Amino acid sequence: MNAPNGKSGRLAFRNARLIDPASGLDAKGGLLVENGRIADIGPRLFNDADRGDPEIIDCRGLVLAPGLIDCRVFTGEPGSEHRESLASASEAAAAGGVTTIVTMPNTNPVIDEPSLVDFIRRRAQATAKVRVAPMAALTRGLAGEIMTEIGLLKEAGAIAFTDGDRTVANARVMRRALSYAATFDALVVGHAEDPELVEGAAITEGEFATRLGLPAAPALAEAIIVERDIRLVELTGARYHFGQISTRAALDAIAEAKRRGLPITCGVAAHHLLLNELDVGAYYTFRKVKPPLRSEADRAAMVEGVANGIIDVIVSSHEPQGADTKRQTFASAAFGAVGLETLLPAALNLFHNGDASLPHLLAALTATPARMLGLPYGTLAKGAPADLVLLDPDEPFQLDEQALHSRARNTAFEGRKFQGRAQRTFVAGECVFSRA
Amino acid sequence: MTSASLPPILKTSHLLGIEGLCVPEVTALLDLGESYVAQSRAPNKKAAVLKGRTLINLFFEASTRTQSSFELAGKRLGADVLNMSVKTSSVSKGETLIDTASTLNAMRPDILVVRHQDSGAAELLSRKLDCSVINAGDGAHEHPTQALLDALTIRRRLGHIEGLTVAICGDILHSRVARSNIRLLAMLGAQVRLIAPRTLLPAEAERFGVEIFTDMKRGLAGVDIVMMLRLQLERMTGAFVPSAREYFRFYGLDREKLSYAKPGALVMHPGPMNRGVEIASDIADDLEVSVIAEQVEMGVAIRMAVLDALARGMP
Repeated sequence: MNAPNGKSGRLAFRNARLIDPASGLDAKGGLLVENGRIADIGPRLFNDADRGDPEIIDCRGLVLAPGLIDCRVFTGEPGSEHRESLASASEAAAAGGVTTIVTMPNTNPVIDEPSLVDFIRRRAQATAKVRVAPMAALTRGLAGEIMTEIGLLKEAGAIAFTDGDRTVANARVMRRALSYAATFDALVVGHAEDPELVEGAAITEGEFATRLGLPAAPALAEAIIVERDIRLVELTGARYHFGQISTRAALDAIAEAKRRGLPITCGVAAHHLLLNELDVGAYYTFRKVKPPLRSEADRAAMVEGVANGIIDVIVSSHEPQGADTKRQTFASAAFGAVGLETLLPAALNLFHNGDASLPHLLAALTATPARMLGLPYGTLAKGAPADLVLLDPDEPFQLDEQALHSRARNTAFEGRKFQGRAQRTFVAGECVFSRA
Repeated sequence: MTSASLPPILKTSHLLGIEGLCVPEVTALLDLGESYVAQSRAPNKKAAVLKGRTLINLFFEASTRTQSSFELAGKRLGADVLNMSVKTSSVSKGETLIDTASTLNAMRPDILVVRHQDSGAAELLSRKLDCSVINAGDGAHEHPTQALLDALTIRRRLGHIEGLTVAICGDILHSRVARSNIRLLAMLGAQVRLIAPRTLLPAEAERFGVEIFTDMKRGLAGVDIVMMLRLQLERMTGAFVPSAREYFRFYGLDREKLSYAKPGALVMHPGPMNRGVEIASDIADDLEVSVIAEQVEMGVAIRMAVLDALARGMP
């Protein structure tokens, strides 16, 4: 991956609440960073005396955890840099405690060639503050017809294969792509919305959509594809991750698939944990997301899924849009909301509501995505890269969209009151964000 | 003298596949093939075992190599050989396969050699015709003379087949050559491995009693024989394999991958080759390892043996 240049000096954290979901550690103590890696960690580290290190950070009891890994980030680079570049996305990530962003291939041009994967990695190396792990397209041009060169793309550094927010409609193409991906033990990330059913729809079908008079699609458009792809995984043996789910029906189907031992995982976007279809309110386009906000019962199911672990990862589904695409009528506006800076506060909402413990939530943002993607991050183990977030789980704040670091400001959480956020963020031991 | 007076080699009057043959039949065919290698290298290549017999080559799929191999085999054994070109026949005018069979039957051939794009075509013709039918390749089902010529090539080079490990690499899914070879090599006591991306492996292929690999280097480790298969161009543009360059990178036979095989391992290919797709040019041309030209020579000999064997059962 593309780490900014690691510091060669030593950095010591003391007086922290160390939470390492990978090892189950949750204890007071200290952590030592050397040459960008975690050199030591322990409950008694630096308690009595500092060891003469040049730089010591007193955490004053705040949580020190592995930096977050966001598995679903759309940027505008290449092609739409006015919405978001890798550099601006990395600013937002750092401010959100996110140290690795997994980028989607839905750019212009689409990331479907080994040379383009190489381009993303080089650009990230040159411009981004956090690590960038690019996904490549599963089918050429995201057209759902011809599989990409999964072997060569993987060698070039593609971490997984996805058509982003597009569903491969043709089951024969999907079957062969999964089969081919299994050959290379490549992870396929799917989007579950039956493309014909959701064609032209802006919102979930139901009473509220009817009252607003908006074109709508039934929520089961998700379960249809989830169930299809579970069957195809069973046939092909491919490792498969549903990028984000949003309905009870999908959750139940995935729970059953996991019980049967299939190599399936799934994610949920932070906004599907906190918002429901009613939050669209008076045609509020910043809450037009893909898949759309669902019923309250489905939202509650997503919280339940995170709590019981059926949902493996929480993602931002960060999708920057500009005034040109959002200052429109609801039906014509583009889908998507930025989310890198609200991922952690939104996830902490579940902790404050008593739905899940802090280590459990952090696991879904660190250790679990790292394991799923085969990344060496998301852990406080000795020797691991020192990607860290120092977070205050309790600090109350109200989201001010003008204060966002992302180039685009289309947040679904404008004005929302949160509790808890990142204070400082470190990539390879180097501070990339510090809240003033 | 004709061979009809000699003791029979095959139990049936057709050669439709390796399936149904037994070890003594195969061994006798290979032995007979061996004698025809010598005859084909002599100045006078002619024999009279098929004197007066008529052989019809009916090729629904173009195949210069197999068709001329059968033609030469028939002629060297003294038969009258007729090549039916499907392009200019009534088949291309919409005649059904059964009608074609009836027409051919009325011409009273002794042996029909058929190549067809559909599996089961040779079987169908064998039920409708009075003559002997040889399957020269039907769909993705069988190509028995290819497997026999491969076995003869291996046996001549290494002296035996039992106990060898043979890797068959490439488009197994669509390959009749692979299916016939799997059957024959297993029957003769070889260990067979299949190496291909999962998109080119047929369902439940392990039921053939083979080992399956998707990683070519692991699959080639320690093998005695590497059999490459042809990958048709239309299958490497995204439906089964994303591109020719990716296929060559992971499944094309080059020096590096070949180095994982046993030292001195032989490389085979049924032809025609796609150089730079499934096999590197320098390997195909390296006479130390490539037996591709020898396979062609064995092809004529083994087809003479098959024709001879079938003639022995004729009235």
